[in-house]
Amino acid sequence: MITVSPAIASALAITADLFPRGIDHYLIGGLFIGLGIAVIYLGTGILAGNSTFLETTLSYVSDLPRFQREKYVASRDWRVVFAVSIVAGAAIYEFGFTADAFVTEVQWWRLLGGGILVGIGTRIGKGCTSGHGVSGIASLSRTSIVNVALFIGAAVATALVVASLGVTP
Amino acid sequence: MSSDGRGPLFTTVVVAGGLLHGFGLAYSRMARPEIVLDFLQLEDLGLLFVMGGAAFVTGLAIQLGTRVLETAPLTGTHYTGREKGFDRNVVAGGIIFGVGWGLSGVCPGAGYASLGIGNYRILWAVAGLFIGAYAQGLWRVHRNSETRERSAPGD
Repeated sequence: MITVSPAIASALAITADLFPRGIDHYLIGGLFIGLGIAVIYLGTGILAGNSTFLETTLSYVSDLPRFQREKYVASRDWRVVFAVSIVAGAAIYEFGFTADAFVTEVQWWRLLGGGILVGIGTRIGKGCTSGHGVSGIASLSRTSIVNVALFIGAAVATALVVASLGVTP
Repeated sequence: MSSDGRGPLFTTVVVAGGLLHGFGLAYSRMARPEIVLDFLQLEDLGLLFVMGGAAFVTGLAIQLGTRVLETAPLTGTHYTGREKGFDRNVVAGGIIFGVGWGLSGVCPGAGYASLGIGNYRILWAVAGLFIGAYAQGLWRVHRNSETRERSAPGD
């Protein structure tokens, strides 16, 4: 007689609890995210990150020496192409494969204030979710592993505190 | 688009990579701040598979580049992994980034992709990203000039 043991049954229940939306679209989406980085890397040798774009684009309009560094000016054009292509790729999925647009209900001050801190933190910390979180982890870089542990830890703490204060969304 | 002296094939590869990257950010729902906040509030850990899946594919490419191939066809540069120097900035920056990510549910790449899914309200966050990046550029100028004054002759 075959029965599911209580241990396996409770493990499955916990898994469903941790992943209430399933994992398929998360995993497949993640593979595409990595594939995009891999294509550029294998073609050019560049591990393209996303936050450098902020500073290289500021070099078009600001004379601050930080933004006018040679490697920023040299890469600013293709980084604009990369960012615009990201917008287009997301639009192809959203409007080609789902019903319609998504508009967030997260409050404006959270988006603006959070965005400012992300802009500061990723540029001081030398990378973001793609640079440290994907390429750095994939390189087993100790700098990136420390950075990722810190930003995920700080983000979880912040999100839990904000939620506990009753802010939704 | 060739101030860096690179040709149309380079641009084509960047476009292809950007399209795939953005497609994945939308497919994974990471372009939706609500999904990211659910992860950070520990209500749906699916984002672990997004980051894990992306790092896995990127890791394969890095292994292929550094162990099998030698130089990239379009630039002639040697394949390397990503290794940035470790200093206090990596710690401070990571924490500041994390607080902002936890507040907004937005990181740079997901923010750009969010525009593509029609999320016009994400412009608040994109404006914030540029303001923040500009602010740290200003801060670096201020800090450097203070350092110069302190080390000026006559001290």
